[in-house]
Amino acid sequence: MNLTSFTAEMLYLIAGLLFVIGLKRMSKPKTARRGNLLSAFGMLLAIVGTLIHYQVIDWTYIVIGMLIGTFAGAILARVVKMTEMPQMVALLNGYGGLASLLVGWAEFHKQYENVLNPNVTHSIDTYTALTTFLTVVVGGLTFSGSVIAWAKLKEVMTGKPILFKGQQIVNAAILLFILAGGVLFTIDPINNYPIFIGLIAVGLLLGVTSVIPIGGADMPVVISLLNSYSGIAGCLAGFVIQNNALIVTGSLVGASGIILTNIMCKAMNRSLANVLFSGFGSVQTSKGSGEKGEVNPVNVEDAAAILEAAGSVCIVPGYGLAVAQAQHACRELAELLEKNGTEVRFAIHPVAGRMPGHMNVLLAEANVSYDHLYEMDAVNPIIETIDVCLVIGANDVVNPAAREDKTSPIFGMPIINVDYAKTVIVMKRSMATGFAGIENPLFYKENTRMLFGDAKNVLQGLVAEFKK
Amino acid sequence: MTLDLLVPLLFIFILAIFLGVEVISKVPSILHTPLMSGSNAISGITVVGALVAAGDGHNMLSTILGTAAVAFAMINVVGGYLVTNRMLEMFKKKEDEKK
Repeated sequence: MNLTSFTAEMLYLIAGLLFVIGLKRMSKPKTARRGNLLSAFGMLLAIVGTLIHYQVIDWTYIVIGMLIGTFAGAILARVVKMTEMPQMVALLNGYGGLASLLVGWAEFHKQYENVLNPNVTHSIDTYTALTTFLTVVVGGLTFSGSVIAWAKLKEVMTGKPILFKGQQIVNAAILLFILAGGVLFTIDPINNYPIFIGLIAVGLLLGVTSVIPIGGADMPVVISLLNSYSGIAGCLAGFVIQNNALIVTGSLVGASGIILTNIMCKAMNRSLANVLFSGFGSVQTSKGSGEKGEVNPVNVEDAAAILEAAGSVCIVPGYGLAVAQAQHACRELAELLEKNGTEVRFAIHPVAGRMPGHMNVLLAEANVSYDHLYEMDAVNPIIETIDVCLVIGANDVVNPAAREDKTSPIFGMPIINVDYAKTVIVMKRSMATGFAGIENPLFYKENTRMLFGDAKNVLQGLVAEFKK
Repeated sequence: MTLDLLVPLLFIFILAIFLGVEVISKVPSILHTPLMSGSNAISGITVVGALVAAGDGHNMLSTILGTAAVAFAMINVVGGYLVTNRMLEMFKKKEDEKK
């Protein structure tokens, strides 16, 4: 090992350490920002290390690629709205996967050309062939899956599960092709370039077919999983080019995504397999248990009066808050309530919104202090003492059917037990069912008042009432 | 030859996964979105592989693929870190503001 490659390896080591320290600092809001900066510095070191280690013959293309990526990334990060964060993360996951795919392909093509050279006697070894094949398939699947997730979140395509006859057969055929093609390619990579291209195409196809049957409400799981895939793809690319930095970092990200996936699944009381393959919400298994009863609508003035009289209020936000961009109006109402002597809490269900932590980011943007944000498990034990629960654009995460109705598809899912509070005000656009298409008996409870309208307008109405 | 190569890499891989699980399990749910975008930025480390492919002037196709890979990985890196920073800036306690 010469001095430059030693220096480069040491830089990779420091970069890896900085990534770990950065992630560790993410465990507290106070230290998280510094952690992120440390991590970014680590990335800079890794890039510098690479540039001094490998003999760069032509800088033109590196500079072009760097400039395009840096500008596009900086613009994306600046213009994205906080409500659009899930789409942004989906897109970034996809780019990570695509980059790994391209690295795998470029490396294979280089070796392929090498072998064609009559002066070279060696062939592509099995190890390289196997890892390259895995990299392009996982990278491709991450990319196309993320694009579909992005399109669903952006509502370019329907958020409903897309199911067609023989879907399982198509998926099985794809997997079979990947398996067979992978084996053929690994055994004889040189003569199977067309199969390699086929594998890339089929990997891309698999991403599409595996994400289209997943409904909008399950997006937190999908995004977490794709996050994990993008890490694994990077890790595999590291195996291809035998680079420790890539392997370590890829595994860190892979592990992070898997943990989040697991937390999301637990929060919905479903297995990963169930989320991925069931096409949840496409089948109307339950129409509720029948005894519907009366809905008690309430207008803005009366709702304001109820809130004014309350000693404690717990706000439960959901995806509707993001759709209506109502986070600022929500914070304004919370401040007025506090001024009025009311104790205000925000209760956040782990799968509220479209990605892990979605609601927390929105409320943080609106300047809600993070010590006002409570996790589901912290609120449920005290919920009976709360005077008013204000549900804003959340549905399934507060559906008591999950607790009471054994026939309900969401039975067993942990929910925020808002119906145990003295009064519940549900802010909702209409009586339509949530994404999962399940009736919500909460709306018919005696202590529930329905406040219909767009969340932002209604909240602004409430604020105006309070200011009177 | 290839097995000799695989063993140390596998070692690193497995240990890194365990490390990742240990570190990330401690991240609270309020920071899950920045965690995702931040780890996203880190997964842009693929840029290391991309730089090699784009810069060694080996053949045209590898160079083009490498250049595209550099661009996409850099979007990941720059976009990921910046947007994470933007988000983390917003996480404040009331008391912090008054100071």
